Amino acid sequence: MFAIVDYQGGNLASVKRALEYLGYDAEITDDPDRIRASQAVILPGVGGAGQTMSNLNRLGLDEVIRDDIVGQGVPFLGICIGVQVTLSHSAEDGGTDCLGLIPGQVRRFPSQSDSERLKVPQIGWNRVRFVQDHPVFEGVHTDQVFYFVNSYYPDPDSDDHALATTEYGVKFASVVGNGSLVATQFHLEKSGEAGLKMLDNFCRWSP
Amino acid sequence: MLTKRLIPCLDVRGGKVTKGVAFQDNVDVGDPVQMARHYYEESADEIVFYDITASNERRDIMIDVVSRVAKEIFIPFSVGGGLRTVGDMRKVLLAGAEKISIDSGAVRDPDVISQGAKAFGSQCIVLSMQIKQVAASPDQPSGYEVFIDGARTPTGLDAVGWAIKGVELGAGEIVVNSIDADGTTDGYDVSITRKIAQTVGVPVIASGGAGNADHIKDACEEGCADAAIIASIIHFGDTSIPDLKRELIAKGVEIREP
Repeated sequence: MFAIVDYQGGNLASVKRALEYLGYDAEITDDPDRIRASQAVILPGVGGAGQTMSNLNRLGLDEVIRDDIVGQGVPFLGICIGVQVTLSHSAEDGGTDCLGLIPGQVRRFPSQSDSERLKVPQIGWNRVRFVQDHPVFEGVHTDQVFYFVNSYYPDPDSDDHALATTEYGVKFASVVGNGSLVATQFHLEKSGEAGLKMLDNFCRWSP
Repeated sequence: MLTKRLIPCLDVRGGKVTKGVAFQDNVDVGDPVQMARHYYEESADEIVFYDITASNERRDIMIDVVSRVAKEIFIPFSVGGGLRTVGDMRKVLLAGAEKISIDSGAVRDPDVISQGAKAFGSQCIVLSMQIKQVAASPDQPSGYEVFIDGARTPTGLDAVGWAIKGVELGAGEIVVNSIDADGTTDGYDVSITRKIAQTVGVPVIASGGAGNADHIKDACEEGCADAAIIASIIHFGDTSIPDLKRELIAKGVEIREP
């Protein structure tokens, strides 16, 4: 069973549908016991860092994720807001402390790039370049496009944690990883077959 | 950085896809879930559904279509047609759509744009507008007026002015649909698309009139559109999404490979 963390965010169901389409059993839950009992955990969704961290903290799920999941080497996949909360700190919502599983910052896209206005949020398909090997990339070509909807981006302190990069005004880490944690800024469940393949790879992964 | 998006549009009436020219003479084209799945497999970047049924039962039929589509396609899709309240939007989003598209409802109650943006995030709120070329005047300095109710009722609103207001209120994307061009396959109205795209800070989607790959290229380049909606040319089998994309790539347009 794959647990999808229910932190009362938006858009949890689309990942569930994608997992079921791929043939996996998925449960949206905020119950720490269910989450600990799962074979892997997914934190998807669209929302702000402030609200997301506040909900995770209130539900005690920050500790569960840190100590019982990632801390125990259980596979963990973050998507969209789910990548941003894995870093140390986000600039969003006046500054938000996050889970700190990947040392680094989450920053807002600049409003200009090369003296042209940059539309924020980024909405659309952008190229993802793999810069490290990872089981989640198996069978997926580098430099394909995936679907993004984001105003903030992950900026890990160490290149070791950047698994893939993308450019939008700045070059940023669109996939990060550390131990049994892997997280994507783009929506795996909205990026067609390439996204589904990555999701499937995650589900089969034994770190 | 971002590729241009090719977005098939499916008009749905009573649970069936139809297609008309300038909002008249609708012809049955097929089953929305099957067609959406087909276009998804053919590398559509997104899909738009407009519910154009007139009766009161439409809400349930459309919600059912949305939930079935959400189980079959794994690209973003948006749903519009008769949405008036945040409650209407919520039903559609919970059923599985990424975004809602609001048109006449937003003109009648502009505040619903900001309510929707607050409840779900701007990225979920697409402001769609039907526009017609009119004589440029103090009220319509761009020379284009916004129409509602299936393009029948003039609003007195200037197209560019309404786009600006919509974004200020919280719309995350704008669809510019040319009533004059819709269904003609003679090309998009590139000039008004460009005027709006160069004015607002959100993605602008060209709509109405696509007949071939050159039209799409023009809308994206000269028209500065971030995406293009297509309908007639693919619904009737004149061409296909992969063929259009291959042509666009050959013509130098950055687009997701088919």
